[in-house]
Amino acid sequence: MNGFWAMGDYAAYVWPAYGISAIGLLVAAVLVLRAHARAKAALAKLGVKP
Amino acid sequence: MLRYANPARFMQLSGTLVPWLGGVSLAALAAGLYLGFAAPPDYQQGDTVRVMFIHVPAAWIAMMAYGLMALASLIGLVQRHPLADVAAKAAAPLGALFTALGLITGSLWWRPMWGTWWVWDGRLTSFLLLLFLYLGYIALWNAIEDETRAARAAAILALVGAVNLPIIEFSVDWWTTLHQGESILRKGGPLIASVYLWPLALMALGYTLLFFTLWLLRIRTEIMTRRARNLMLAGET
Repeated sequence: MNGFWAMGDYAAYVWPAYGISAIGLLVAAVLVLRAHARAKAALAKLGVKP
Repeated sequence: MLRYANPARFMQLSGTLVPWLGGVSLAALAAGLYLGFAAPPDYQQGDTVRVMFIHVPAAWIAMMAYGLMALASLIGLVQRHPLADVAAKAAAPLGALFTALGLITGSLWWRPMWGTWWVWDGRLTSFLLLLFLYLGYIALWNAIEDETRAARAAAILALVGAVNLPIIEFSVDWWTTLHQGESILRKGGPLIASVYLWPLALMALGYTLLFFTLWLLRIRTEIMTRRARNLMLAGET
């Protein structure tokens, strides 16, 4: 590893920080969107337009 | 404000807003990431300075979300408005996530700079307390079956815990700490170079809009879930 990916020898700190943030936000977004879609479908099944 | 506090109006308005907020958020995050990695390494911190672009926004949102949760709790307590209770409840898990991200990215930033993963100083300790307040708030909601009573109990916890916000904010002035003082929103202008200020501002904008996108979606989910449940109950009797 050199240049950009080495992050001036701080790769072990910079990349995990970005990786964990990306995973955390992505998982949250997926869970929130899925719950939203599920609630919408449940209402639609009852014959209501949300 | 309260004109939009009617659930039907809220659903309409939030349905229009969410795609825009989400879209602008993604654009800001993409631009912020690009500028953040294009910026030169800091002369003192080296490349670890790039952790700032995700640490500071996460910590900001963690505190802003708590402030909004406490405000919604207050409105819920005083006005007895169910939408306010729903808004407060919907903010908590998101706030907890941003708090955790703030703590983790902070730890990864100061380990190479301070030589330790953790110190029990004012800023870090009060910020850890913020995480526990969020978790306690969520646990309280889940522990009480009756929704109205759960909302009231959780709202009181949120308001009592709000005293922690100024403690976090001023901890770097009140106590000796390793954490740096306020260097961005200060009198006399920011202390950091504009080559870092731009990516930071864009990431902060992206994080803020992402929070509002997810918050609105969670409020919508809760409104729809409650409505479906009420319809089912009405159908049964």
